[in-house]
Amino acid sequence: MKKTMITAATFVLLGGAAVAQDGSNLVINDELPMVTEAAAPAHLSEVLDTIYSGWRFRTPETQALQIDDFDNPGMIFVDAALDAYGTVEGAAGESCQSCHGEVGTFEGLRTKMPKFNAEAGTLWSMEDYVNNCRTERMQADAWQWSGADMQGMVALIAHQSRGMLMDVDITGPAQSWWELGREMYYTRYGQLELSCANCHEQNYGSMIRADHLSQGQTNGFPTYRLKQARLISQHNRFRGCIRDTRAETFAEGSDAFRALELYVASRGSGLSVESPAVRQ
Amino acid sequence: MAKGVKPRVKVPKTVAAGDVITIKTLISHPMESGQRKDKEGNVIPRSIINRFTCDFNGTNVLDVKLDPAVSTNPYFQFEARVPEAGEVRFTWYDDDGSVYETRKSIAIA
Repeated sequence: MKKTMITAATFVLLGGAAVAQDGSNLVINDELPMVTEAAAPAHLSEVLDTIYSGWRFRTPETQALQIDDFDNPGMIFVDAALDAYGTVEGAAGESCQSCHGEVGTFEGLRTKMPKFNAEAGTLWSMEDYVNNCRTERMQADAWQWSGADMQGMVALIAHQSRGMLMDVDITGPAQSWWELGREMYYTRYGQLELSCANCHEQNYGSMIRADHLSQGQTNGFPTYRLKQARLISQHNRFRGCIRDTRAETFAEGSDAFRALELYVASRGSGLSVESPAVRQ
Repeated sequence: MAKGVKPRVKVPKTVAAGDVITIKTLISHPMESGQRKDKEGNVIPRSIINRFTCDFNGTNVLDVKLDPAVSTNPYFQFEARVPEAGEVRFTWYDDDGSVYETRKSIAIA
C-alpha cells in the first residue's frame, strides 16, 4: 500500500513509499538540544538510511509536553523516584543513595543498556540491576517489572543520561543475544502475522488505522504514555505490540524480551536518550 | 492523608513592570473522587484538593474551587499582570485539612 502523507513539514522519499515525520527540532527547557534524527547504524545500512526518534511522529500537542520539563507528566514520577532513591528500605538498612551516592553518578549508563553482565553470565536490563540491588544489597522486596516504583526508578536513572547518544555494545558475549533479538524482530507473530519490521521498518510514517507508525525506537523509555497516564516500560510496550498481532506474548523480564530490547536499542544508536519521553 | 503531595510552580524571576506573565502550577495529588470502591466493595473515601488560591502581595489573583471530577495532579496555567516587584503566594487546601503553600518572588527588571 502506498500512501502519501503531506504535512506542513518535509517528507522523505524512501523505497518508493512516502514517509512522513515532521522536521521539528527538539530542545528541552530551551537549553538541551536532542538528536532526533541520525544516520542509521552500520548494521542497518541495507534497510534504513536515517533513524528518527518517536517524538518526530507525534502531534504538535504531544510534542509540546516534552519541550518543557514542567509540562512533562513523566517528571512527576522521576521526582517521586528521587525521594525513593534516598529512602532506607529493607533489612540491611540501606538506601540507593547510601551505596551509589548522588544520582548523577549514573550519567551515561542508560546509553549502554541493556548490557551483558559477566558476573551473572547473562544479559541484564536496568530493571534487573535495580532488583538485584534491592534483594541482595538492601534485602528488600523485589519490585514488579512494570510497576510504578520500578519504572520511576528506571526513569530517574535514565534521566541522568538525557541528551547523550544511545550506544549499546553488541559485540562479544552480547552478540548472540543481539542475533536472537534480530531474529525476533523479523519473525511474524500472531494471527495477523506481523513482525516488528512490517510496521516499524517497512511502513513507519504511515497510518495504521488511527495510529501514526514510528520506527519503534526505544531511546525515550520509560515513556509517559498519555493513554495510560503513567510510565511505561519497554517490555510492556513489546508485550502490547505482540498482543496486537493476536499472538501469545512473552513475559515482561523474559530472556526473549531482553534480547529484543538489546536489538531494538542497537537500531537507535546515535539518537539522544529522552527519558522520560511523552508519547500518545 | 494523601501521600506524595508536592506543589510545583513556574514563575518568571524578573519581569518588566506592567507585563503580563504566564504562571504554571501543578500539585501532585491522587485526587481520590470518593466514587470508587476497593476490592472488598468498600467506598474509598474522598480525598481531594478542594481549593486553590494565588495571591500577589496580599491581593487575591485567583481563587478556584475544585470538585471530585478534577483529575489526578491538578494543573493550572493562567496569566497575570505584574504591576510591581513582590511575592506570589500559592495555596492548595486538602480535604484532610492540610494546606500546602509555595512562595515565589518576582523582581522588576
